[in-house]
Amino acid sequence: MTVPHPDAAPPPSAGPTSRVSDFSLMVGTANGTGSQTANTTLLRAIFNMGVPVHGKNVFPSNIQGLPTWFHIRASAEGWIARQAPEIAVAFNPATLHQDAETIPPGGVLILNGDLAGAPQRDDVTTYSIPVKELMADVEATGKIKDYLANMTYLGVVSQLLGIPLDVVRTALEQQFGGRQKLVDANYPVVEKAWQWSEANLEKADPYRIERMDATHDLMLITGNDAAALGSVFGGVTFVSWYPITPSTSLVDAVKTHLSDLRVHDGKPDWSIIQAEDELAAIGMLIGAGWAGARAMTATSGPGISLMAEFTGLGYFAEVPAVIWDVQRVGPSTGLPTRTGQGDVSFAYTLGHGDGRHPVLFPSTAEEAFEFGWKAFDVAEQAQTPVFVLTDLDLGMNTWMSTRFDYPGEPMKRGKVLHGDDIPEGFGRYRDVDGDGIPYRTLPGDPNPEGAWFARGTGHDEDAKYSERADDWIANTTRLAKKFDTIRTLVPAPSIDQVDDAELGVICFGTTIHAIEEARAHLAKQDARFSLLRLRALPINDEVERFIEQHDRIAVIEMNRDAQVAGILRAELPQYAAKIASIAHLDGLPYTRDQIRAWLAPHLDPSLAYEGDPVARETA
Amino acid sequence: MTRPAALIPNAAGLTKSDYQGAPSTLCKGCGHNSVANQIIQVAFELGLKPEDLIKLSGIGCSSKSPTYFLGMSHGFNALHGRMPSVATGALTANHKLRGLAVSGDGDSGSIGLGQFKHVIRRNLRMVYLIENNGVYGLTKGQFSPTAEDGLKLKYAGTNPFPPVDMCAEALISGAGFVARAFAGDAKQLRELLKAALAYHGTAVIDIVSPCVAFNNDDDSQHSYAYGRANEVPLEDIGWVPPREDITLDDHEPGETRIIELHDGSRIALAKIEEGYDPSDRSAALTRIGRAEANGEVITGLLYYEDARPNLTDSLGLGDTALVDLPEERLRPSREALERVMDRH
Repeated sequence: MTVPHPDAAPPPSAGPTSRVSDFSLMVGTANGTGSQTANTTLLRAIFNMGVPVHGKNVFPSNIQGLPTWFHIRASAEGWIARQAPEIAVAFNPATLHQDAETIPPGGVLILNGDLAGAPQRDDVTTYSIPVKELMADVEATGKIKDYLANMTYLGVVSQLLGIPLDVVRTALEQQFGGRQKLVDANYPVVEKAWQWSEANLEKADPYRIERMDATHDLMLITGNDAAALGSVFGGVTFVSWYPITPSTSLVDAVKTHLSDLRVHDGKPDWSIIQAEDELAAIGMLIGAGWAGARAMTATSGPGISLMAEFTGLGYFAEVPAVIWDVQRVGPSTGLPTRTGQGDVSFAYTLGHGDGRHPVLFPSTAEEAFEFGWKAFDVAEQAQTPVFVLTDLDLGMNTWMSTRFDYPGEPMKRGKVLHGDDIPEGFGRYRDVDGDGIPYRTLPGDPNPEGAWFARGTGHDEDAKYSERADDWIANTTRLAKKFDTIRTLVPAPSIDQVDDAELGVICFGTTIHAIEEARAHLAKQDARFSLLRLRALPINDEVERFIEQHDRIAVIEMNRDAQVAGILRAELPQYAAKIASIAHLDGLPYTRDQIRAWLAPHLDPSLAYEGDPVARETA
Repeated sequence: MTRPAALIPNAAGLTKSDYQGAPSTLCKGCGHNSVANQIIQVAFELGLKPEDLIKLSGIGCSSKSPTYFLGMSHGFNALHGRMPSVATGALTANHKLRGLAVSGDGDSGSIGLGQFKHVIRRNLRMVYLIENNGVYGLTKGQFSPTAEDGLKLKYAGTNPFPPVDMCAEALISGAGFVARAFAGDAKQLRELLKAALAYHGTAVIDIVSPCVAFNNDDDSQHSYAYGRANEVPLEDIGWVPPREDITLDDHEPGETRIIELHDGSRIALAKIEEGYDPSDRSAALTRIGRAEANGEVITGLLYYEDARPNLTDSLGLGDTALVDLPEERLRPSREALERVMDRH
């Protein structure tokens, strides 16, 4: 097997002279200047050209003034991982030089021509937009005029890339969702800039978009929106939450879709309560789940910290609940607007004392939708809090997605007894079926046999207070048995096994995009590995078999402490020695080239690779 | 021979013993036990259906007590200071249920002060009892936030801090039903409980409920002796069920204020303290301040108003409880999904 040394990888800027629908572009602006509309419209215009595209917003924890960047990657082959930009649109005076320096030789720099001290680089193609001149006859003033100024780069960049004006117009209309007044205000600036570019700029760079037919059946959607829609089709009736980036837009989207789809005779078939903090948010969730509602919350790391106490109660009193953790970077307040996978081991064992919780890992918008409804089935079947760990990258960025599959099965409400079905001498925590999952009854049931008192204190199988050692052992042993049943209830891993591959790679969540691109790239050079993407914890037998069947295992994850590698080593100690870790967290989504470099020594351990300074080896 | 009243079934077909719970494990003489007994008596007298009510509590001696009453009702013994949030979730998910919550002065005045105030702000329909003894019992004698300035306790020494007054906190949080009771005054407590159960929002009753183990010295403001000597009832309260005539025993009609509740029942308040107006929020706060200064235990309905919508109203919920919605109202159609996706 030949393994390409990472240094041998061609720099991203090299390649054929004409770069058709295969490049990355970065827009640098200041936060709060309304550039998001221009950026998403450009993204949508490329999508409307039938070209696969993905956008990532790299933004500060700030309302106004700090630098923000929007990355757009167009890829005819359909790759959507982050890639170093070759084109920079520099509209923020504070980052003008930094943005210019980011561009590799042969790249493109598009400047706001009104900014003083423009960087000079003779190894890139530079275009300058006379923003003031193009805005001269725009009547708006102040902030609105600043917003509209972003339309100048939308027009110029579109023209330079070869996107027809009518395509941009359609994208703008989609962006404004039919609010014609906004289209009428913005479009003239786009048009003027586009036409100015056509008349005045001489195309001197290789980057362009050509029409394809690769996005025909696809949607553009954020992961948070997809998760919200999935939850609504999962029958969520109760949401309690506390605002926190990057999960807020998930709850906003739940509200939008519920208001659209779940109103009966003018009354909501749901309730959303903004709590006073995350302690109360999850308390309400547990109360609603106990009463029989499909209840959810959405939060991020700091919120999960506050939810530890109630998660333990939910586990021990056996109350269904769904908790979305849109991960940002911790510890502490950390990097509130950057992405990571640092909450896995915390969420998995959240709470003091013994206890583990099912954790689902969506990777795509399709899975965010699917797990949106499936999480309720798992929670109610298992009668326990379920975490869905997504991240800022999936949640807040715009992804291409196939159309979602309507839930293929009726709701699984789990073992709930009503009325006359409640047997005489009913015991809330009795393991009747031998799977560790007892039967529950709901408050309001008229059969008094079903009444029980939920508690976080020690209890016997009739839910009565008990400090007896045998009751404690029986109950916690049953809970462990229940967790084994949960292995069969959560989504199974996605496995692509290669015959005779020595290396098996394990990943989860959004890192899959860079890993798949690196994998295809390496395969061209005959360096192959098997790939297992975890879709949930706890693991099932397939994970064990995959690890058993490979000589070497590398677990790739976006945190410092190798959390999932640690969980696998602890749960499969017989294989611990061969489970290596690639754990790296800097707040940004991985790139193909990072993955290639990190995997090289795992593909061929004899390769003397110095290693990325920040990718740790903890095998 | 006539049967004792407790053995004659009530309107729900139940006898008084049907409203009992497990035997109490609290200390003999604990004020909380007499509160539990009044809850049993009131539920029996009102003919409550056990399934129409849920019991909720936090953590502490007081929060143990829901085990000791209404054994045929569902209940949730939640976390320390967090009962209000569990109640909010449960009673929103099923707004057909009534909530009867029991908390303590540590549970609601200290670790749970935030949730106490926020559940009142939202006006969740629930009876919120605080069994207030000024001391932490289960951890053996620390000061609670309601302990008076200067209180001397064997374990904790002398309290250097002013007390949190739970009725004042309820009032400034916007509560529409605020009462104070004394566990040693059973009749008044029963009438307050009945009125609170009929109230459409959060009804707060702060009950001075002595701790015989750690805070029952005669000069302690939360003791039986102090309560008996210093209780100042502001009015004589009676609760009258819907469609029943009001009989005014000892008072002149002009001295009795009749308050009609949302369910058609009424509260009759016979004036005792001259000039006290239970519909004046700031007057209630002033009176509480004066009571603290004078060392009085004022009891009765300190404040009442019913203008504010409760949480169910604010959320705009329909007649069917969220937990009773059929699957077709929980999961929109295939066509609805297609329609939403067409917009993306």
